[in-house]
Amino acid sequence: MSSQLINQYYRAEKLPHIWCPGCGHGIITRAVSQAIHNMGLDKDKVCIVSGIGCSSRAPGYMDFNTLHTTHGRALAFATGVKMARPELEVIVISGDGDAAAIGGNHLIHAARRNINITTIVFNNNIYGMTGGQYSPTTPTGDLATTAPFGNIDKSFDIANLAAAAGATYAARATAYHVPQLTKYIENGIKNKGFSLVEAISVCPTYYGRKNKKGTVVDQMNWLKDAAVDVKAAQKLTPEQMEGKFLIGEFKNVTEPEYTQEYQKILDRFKKER
Amino acid sequence: MMKKNNVKFMQGNEACVAGAIAAGMKFYAGYPITPSTEIAEVSAQLLPKVGGKFIQMEDEIAGMAAAIGGSLAGLKSMTATSGPGFSLKQENIGYAAIAEIPCVIVDVQRGGPSTGLPTAPSQGDIMQAKWGTHGDHPVIALSPSSVRETFDLTVRCFNLAEKYRTPVMLMLDEVVGHMREKIVIPDASEIEVIDRIKPEPGDSNYQPYKVKEGQIVPAMAAYGDGFRFHVTGLIHDESGFPSNSHEVADKLMTRLMKKVEDNLDDIIAFEENHIEDAEVVVLSYGGTARSAKSAMKKAREMGLKVGMFRPITIWPFPEKRVAEIAKNVKAIIVAEMNYGQLVLEVERVVKNAAPIYHVGKINGEVITPDEILAKIKEVL
Repeated sequence: MSSQLINQYYRAEKLPHIWCPGCGHGIITRAVSQAIHNMGLDKDKVCIVSGIGCSSRAPGYMDFNTLHTTHGRALAFATGVKMARPELEVIVISGDGDAAAIGGNHLIHAARRNINITTIVFNNNIYGMTGGQYSPTTPTGDLATTAPFGNIDKSFDIANLAAAAGATYAARATAYHVPQLTKYIENGIKNKGFSLVEAISVCPTYYGRKNKKGTVVDQMNWLKDAAVDVKAAQKLTPEQMEGKFLIGEFKNVTEPEYTQEYQKILDRFKKER
Repeated sequence: MMKKNNVKFMQGNEACVAGAIAAGMKFYAGYPITPSTEIAEVSAQLLPKVGGKFIQMEDEIAGMAAAIGGSLAGLKSMTATSGPGFSLKQENIGYAAIAEIPCVIVDVQRGGPSTGLPTAPSQGDIMQAKWGTHGDHPVIALSPSSVRETFDLTVRCFNLAEKYRTPVMLMLDEVVGHMREKIVIPDASEIEVIDRIKPEPGDSNYQPYKVKEGQIVPAMAAYGDGFRFHVTGLIHDESGFPSNSHEVADKLMTRLMKKVEDNLDDIIAFEENHIEDAEVVVLSYGGTARSAKSAMKKAREMGLKVGMFRPITIWPFPEKRVAEIAKNVKAIIVAEMNYGQLVLEVERVVKNAAPIYHVGKINGEVITPDEILAKIKEVL
């Protein structure tokens, strides 16, 4: 199945990719293309926009309309594309640093507008491209090249940040939970509004190595064991949730979508034109 | 023929939007900032009426980014700002330069640095227009002196952006942006509108960054047209994909610089007054050029041989003509509302051919004709 996806949705001549052996980003990128395949989207009508960082190299390998922008600004560029051509299915691929640090303002405002863009955040808890500095999702106490004595920052919950800011769809899965991840991406694209799917990745080269998380297999096993579905979590005590994190669909509601609301303004003046 | 309803009493900022719409602007993305805000307000009002779209973004950076996105999706796009916002937009202006995305950036200059003098005029961003974003890049920047010229130059900014596939800057100052005067809006039939060249529909050999024989820039497809191309701010080859090759970098960067450098005669515009017999030439632009013209007239009335040179295109600077003029004059006076910016370019170009004097101001007040006249008397 993978090779079929590569043939159909990838610029195979651009492979191999730049990601390190064991990186989770390839799995997540595959899930994005699998979701697009499952939905039968027209490749000419899909626009994938990214910022800067490891995750943001993904669109270069993908055979769609692709736009690799500046650090943190993918959503702002994507907003321009979506406003100009609302018929395009606009997908943003971002990372934890790109989406939640330098691009945090664009993230909350795209969510607030409920513009029909689906954002997939490849969250590897670190700045990988620059060599392992702490990001807004590096857990407190963990090590990074810029947190040699342990990270004293608190970390962001990106999916719930987006939900609180007004996203009408917010979900989280991991590079281990691929069928769920694929389904959530599909649901995000189907949602006529701003959707955010946080995909927890693994970074064996920097985050994993710095924090002695073992082999890639150990890290994937940790994703398997530590992730608890949001529904199952309701039956667990705070003690049982210690060291775990939530996956699942956190928000799925219908609200007026931005470009459709603008279209109503345009329709008002149609007769005059 | 002058139609009665084409005669308006307008602000420079309003004329800018009128010009943009006449040039085919269909998308505006921006952020409110004094003294440019009317450009956003009037765009919000007028764009839906012509089937265009307006969005107020969350910050200046996003305004620039969204304008680029809109242009990539096929709409002529503009953003407007002032000093602090111009600083914030710089990174994405560089992106538009390397990715060759046509768009227009209006900077209504106010006193700086930082928050400075929000409601007072300045011409302190002239060097920023050239050097504001990092790295070498082509720059086109125009500066109007009147409300009507603001209309005309906004049209020209769009045309140059489309023709050369590059961000183009309209450097207004608070004087011209907020000044109201009579303007005769030209009929649509009198306005030349240039659109970007597009690839042939279904061209299976389309390369987004390959310049075809006889063309200045690569044809530009829009997202959704069926070409599925890649755009990046990294150095890229003709296919649009990133490359670390020094050869590719050299080829791309040279082509970007040359597309402006090889077309100076098409891009550069200036106005001359009484240059033929002038012993002193006042070089001035934007709002300050109005005072310079007045000073020149007063000097002429007094029998002094004074001329005036007004660069309409600030970047690329009309260096050939200024160097020529310098050979035949006793002095050049550069008047501008800053501590000495375009004067540096004049010095670079003129070298030792004529002494150069500067009349500058950085307190938020306009330079008066008398101040320029005093300098004329001093140097003559």
